[in-house]
Amino acid sequence: MSAAVEESFGGAGRQALASPFTGIWRNGLLAAGTWAFAAALTYGLPDVISWGATNLFALLTLIGAGIFLLLSVSVHRLGKAGQTLVHYGPWLIVIGLWFAVWEVVTAKLGWLPKPFFSPPQGLLHVYVTDWDRLLICVAYTGRLWALGFFSGVAVGFTAGVALGWSKRFAYWGMPLLKLIGPVPASAWIPCTFFIFPSTFHASIFLVALASGIPVAILTAAGVGQVNRSYYDVARTLGADNRFLIFKVAIPASLPNVFVGIFMGLYYSFAVLVVAEMLGAKFGLGWYLQFNTAYSAYANVYAALIIMALICAGLVRLLFIARDRLLGWQKGIL
Amino acid sequence: MALALSQDAPASRSIAIDVKKVSHRYGGDGKELQVLDDISLRIEPGEFVALLGPSGCGKSTLLRLAAGLETATSGDVLEDGRPIRAPNPDRILVFQEATLFPWRTVRANVATGLEARGLIREREHHIDEVLKLVKLEGFADFYPHQLSGGMAQRAALARALVNDPKLLLLDEPFGKLDSLTRLRMQNELLDLWKSAAFTALLVTHDVEEALLLADRVIVFSDRPASIVAEVRVERPHPRRRDDAELVALRGSLLETLGISHDV
Repeated sequence: MSAAVEESFGGAGRQALASPFTGIWRNGLLAAGTWAFAAALTYGLPDVISWGATNLFALLTLIGAGIFLLLSVSVHRLGKAGQTLVHYGPWLIVIGLWFAVWEVVTAKLGWLPKPFFSPPQGLLHVYVTDWDRLLICVAYTGRLWALGFFSGVAVGFTAGVALGWSKRFAYWGMPLLKLIGPVPASAWIPCTFFIFPSTFHASIFLVALASGIPVAILTAAGVGQVNRSYYDVARTLGADNRFLIFKVAIPASLPNVFVGIFMGLYYSFAVLVVAEMLGAKFGLGWYLQFNTAYSAYANVYAALIIMALICAGLVRLLFIARDRLLGWQKGIL
Repeated sequence: MALALSQDAPASRSIAIDVKKVSHRYGGDGKELQVLDDISLRIEPGEFVALLGPSGCGKSTLLRLAAGLETATSGDVLEDGRPIRAPNPDRILVFQEATLFPWRTVRANVATGLEARGLIREREHHIDEVLKLVKLEGFADFYPHQLSGGMAQRAALARALVNDPKLLLLDEPFGKLDSLTRLRMQNELLDLWKSAAFTALLVTHDVEEALLLADRVIVFSDRPASIVAEVRVERPHPRRRDDAELVALRGSLLETLGISHDV
């Protein structure tokens, strides 16, 4: 086994070469098996009631199985993406199994109570038939979240820097922040709806409040904790106040700021849905509530999955942004 | 007189420091801590002076006063006859810790002073020269956490030197380095001082270091610090640490500091 082979295949290569089927991704084959099994169950057994999209789901899982079958011999040629796939091999197998079990206990045997539990084809049916409305809801939610979150972070960050830097700001601002900070943003709902001209503005305010307060608190703490020697060094090198704030205090407190932004991100999701359930005309929160009222639980699950993907995606984006900006910190962490 | 002189020679690369009857207290809240007690000394332009004394005696405070980071409770610290009231890149302090800005690369750290004063465009070439001078030219794009202790301290020196300081204030700059790195850095500092011709004021509690480097060693008492001894070291550089005269001086200095001969 030459070093070159080891190198080009990385960990994946070593695993495959160690197995009796040289060059074959065993977990890929198994995943193809479980997915094909799920497809066969879905297509072969009759549904207890019609959910729509049963055959489509069977087809999609079969296509999935086909892809895994192809990948099981070609994954080593895909480089980095291939390595990621290989890493998640066991997950792919289990997802196929999960499809099969889910299919059997809902659509095929009807063991789980009916309006509340939907089989996979029920969700698929929602995506196929209601995609336009879901898309609009995603856009509405996205607009509300973006306006609220970014304005909240901007205000929170500015306030935090001022509070951490200026003693006078801290004297007047800190007690207020300590008083208002712990109150959950959703507790403001009764007031906001008559303070603001529209529910949209009120919702933006709530999301901004939820994301801004942790950012303000952690930024203030971060700026306050900056090592005094950094200021001394900068001052002897000829720095003025402006330089001290923008080139010393802010970069030095950025790790704290990011902790605040992460907290704010999670809080903003929580408030977002609540805000949309109150008097909004579109949006994922509204979609959830609307469909719950009609017992359309397949739609609820479909929206929940979209929400989970969006939130996880945003968290991931924030991680990427942090790693870009705080690369200098790697040795410290 | 001193003022007129400094105006006549604006290109002068070093300054004189006069410390006149300086006393300094810290605190308030009823708990006052006197750290300097009636200190007077003069440092000639281009001179290398070491301040020696027990730890916590107030040596560092004198450096902070000379850097302009603080103003003395009473008395004056003068540069070429003018009182020092604020920090100025002509007088740069190098700390025991390298205190590099961890979010800036070595190059950006060295550039800090030029950037803060808006000189970065005209003097950018100077950064590379200084990096070469401290032997860090290959590490310009490294972040501080990727440097060893000696390299970090060298980068801190470069960050000071790029501003062409006329007075370099060194607060136990090699205190945290291992002994081999320390010896090497002492020699490098000496070379820099000879070539750049700044005035150097070194705070240390290492008698040998003071004797190897300085033209003059000033010994401070315990807090509140006052000057208890002053020794001129006439030996030419490079000095050997086993030089008979230096060994004798070391013995008498240690005795002044309250430690017996046999240590």
